[in-house]
Amino acid sequence: MDIYREIILDHYKNPRNFGHLKRPTAKVEEGNVTCGDRIIMEINVKKNTLADIRFSGEGCAISQSTASMLTEKVKGMSLSAVKKLDAKYIFSMLGTTLTPSRTKCALLSLEVLQKAVAKIHP
Amino acid sequence: MFDAKLVKKDFPIFTRKIHGKPIIYLDSTATSLKPQIVLDAMNEYYTKYTANIFRGIYVISEEATAKYEESRVKVAKFIGAKSPNEIIFTRNTSESLNLVAYSWAKDNIHSGDHLVVTIMEHHSNFVPWQQLGKETGWVIDIWRNNKQGLLNLNDLDKLITRRTKLLTITSASNVLGTINPIKKIVKKVKSLNPKCLVLVDAAQSAPHMPIDVVDWGADFVAFSSHKMLGPTGVGVLWGKYELLESMKPFLFGGEMIEEVREDTSLFKHAPHKFEAGTPDIAGVIGLGAAVDYLTKLGMDNVRKHEEEIVAYALKRMKEISGLTMYGPNNAKEKGGVIAFTMKQAHAHDIAQILDEDNICIRAGNHCAMPLHLDMGIAATARASFYVYTTKEDIDALVNGLHKVEKIFE
Repeated sequence: MDIYREIILDHYKNPRNFGHLKRPTAKVEEGNVTCGDRIIMEINVKKNTLADIRFSGEGCAISQSTASMLTEKVKGMSLSAVKKLDAKYIFSMLGTTLTPSRTKCALLSLEVLQKAVAKIHP
Repeated sequence: MFDAKLVKKDFPIFTRKIHGKPIIYLDSTATSLKPQIVLDAMNEYYTKYTANIFRGIYVISEEATAKYEESRVKVAKFIGAKSPNEIIFTRNTSESLNLVAYSWAKDNIHSGDHLVVTIMEHHSNFVPWQQLGKETGWVIDIWRNNKQGLLNLNDLDKLITRRTKLLTITSASNVLGTINPIKKIVKKVKSLNPKCLVLVDAAQSAPHMPIDVVDWGADFVAFSSHKMLGPTGVGVLWGKYELLESMKPFLFGGEMIEEVREDTSLFKHAPHKFEAGTPDIAGVIGLGAAVDYLTKLGMDNVRKHEEEIVAYALKRMKEISGLTMYGPNNAKEKGGVIAFTMKQAHAHDIAQILDEDNICIRAGNHCAMPLHLDMGIAATARASFYVYTTKEDIDALVNGLHKVEKIFE
C-alpha cells in the first residue's frame, strides 16, 4: 500500500509547523482516545485569514503527517475556505484513500483545525 | 500432541487468499476462527431440524431441544461443573457479567460495601461495576499488578475486608497474557472473608487451558463461545446452583416462565429462568461442537502448544530493534498473547504495515484502557495465538516487523 509513501513518512519524521504559538487567537486539543492519537492546533487569525498555525500532539504516522501537511496547506487561507475543507480534500492531499479504520486518524487534524476556526468564526 | 499444520486444515478460512497471499491470523484473543465441524453443526440445525425449543411435541422440536441441552451438558463437563443446571447461556461474556451484576450484586451488595476489581480487567468486567456502582453507592477498590504484569497476593490482606462483598477478576489478561492463580486467590479471599464471592472472567482461559470451576472454588465464571472456536452470539455463565436459585432473573420474557397470571408470574428454575426469549439455538449447538473439537485435541495439549508458540515468539521478537513486550516474559506464566510497542512506529502503523501481508494483529487498548493508562501507554500492538498458530506464522510476523523497522528506520 502506498500510504507510507516517502512524503507521509517525511512529514512524520520532520513535522512542519510543529510546536506552539506565543499568543494564539484560538487553541483546540482533541484526541482519539482509543487509538491514542492526539492533536493540538493553535492558530493566529488576521483579517479573517489564517496568518499562522502550529500543531502538536502524538499518534500514528497517518494522524501526525496529515496534521503537518494540512498546516502547510492552510496557512494564508481565509477562514471561510478552511471551514469548507472536507474528507475529499484530505484524501487528495494524501494522494491515497484509506481503509475505514484509518480514516479517522487522517481526519482528526482537520476536525481540530475547524473547531479552532469555529471559535473565532462560528 | 497435535500438529497445528494439520489443525489448520480443519478451518476453511485458511483456504482463502487475499491479494494472492494466505491469511496469517494472529488475533484469536479478539475472536477465534471456526472449524468446519462447528459450521456443519449449525447448518444442520438450520437445514434438518429447524424448530423452537421447549415447546413443540413434534420430532424436529424434540431434536432441537435435545441438541440444545446436550451442549449444556458438554459445557458443564468441559469446565468441571457439578451439574448442567449450573450453565446459563447468554449472548457473550459481557452479558454473563452483567447478569451477575444485576441479578446478584444489586440485591446483595449495599451502599458503602466494597468490591475489588483488578486493573487488568477487560472493559466488560470493569464498566458494569463502575457504572452500577454509581447508582448503588458501592466502593470499588482496584487491585494493581506490578511492572511484570503480576498481581501480588499479599495485597489481598489490605483489599479484602469485612465489607468486601465481591472480587471480580480475569483468569488471564487479554493484554499482558498474565495467568492469574485463581485457585490460590479464591482460597486467600475466602480465608480473609468467607462471605466475599469471587467472579472469574474466564474468556481468555476457557479457550486456552484446562479449567475446573470446582477446583478453583469460585462462585461465578463467565466466558464466550466465539473465543473458543464456537460462533459469536453465545456466552456462558456458570454459578453455584444454590446461588443461582437465590437470584432473581434480570431479563423477563418467553421460555423462562412456569405460569403467568394477570398480576403475578412464576419462573422456571435455574438455568432456564435466566434464558428469557428464544436463545441462539444454532449458536449453542455450534458451541457444543466446538467443545467436542477442543476436547478431542485435549486442553492440556492446547496449553502446551501455546506455550511452545509463545516461547518461540518471545525469543524471535527480541530480534526487532526498539520493540518492548509487556506482561510476563516467560511462556510458562503467559497465555497465548503478546502485547508490544515499537519505539519508532505507532501500534496502528505496525498493524497497517503487517496487513499488507495479510498478517492480522490488533492495535489499540484492546478494551483494557484502565490498564493502558496505568502503564502510561496510549496503545499497544497485540499478536495472539491459538491451536492453528504455527511457528511459520510467527516467522511471518517477525518478517513483517522487520519491514516496519525498515520503513520507520
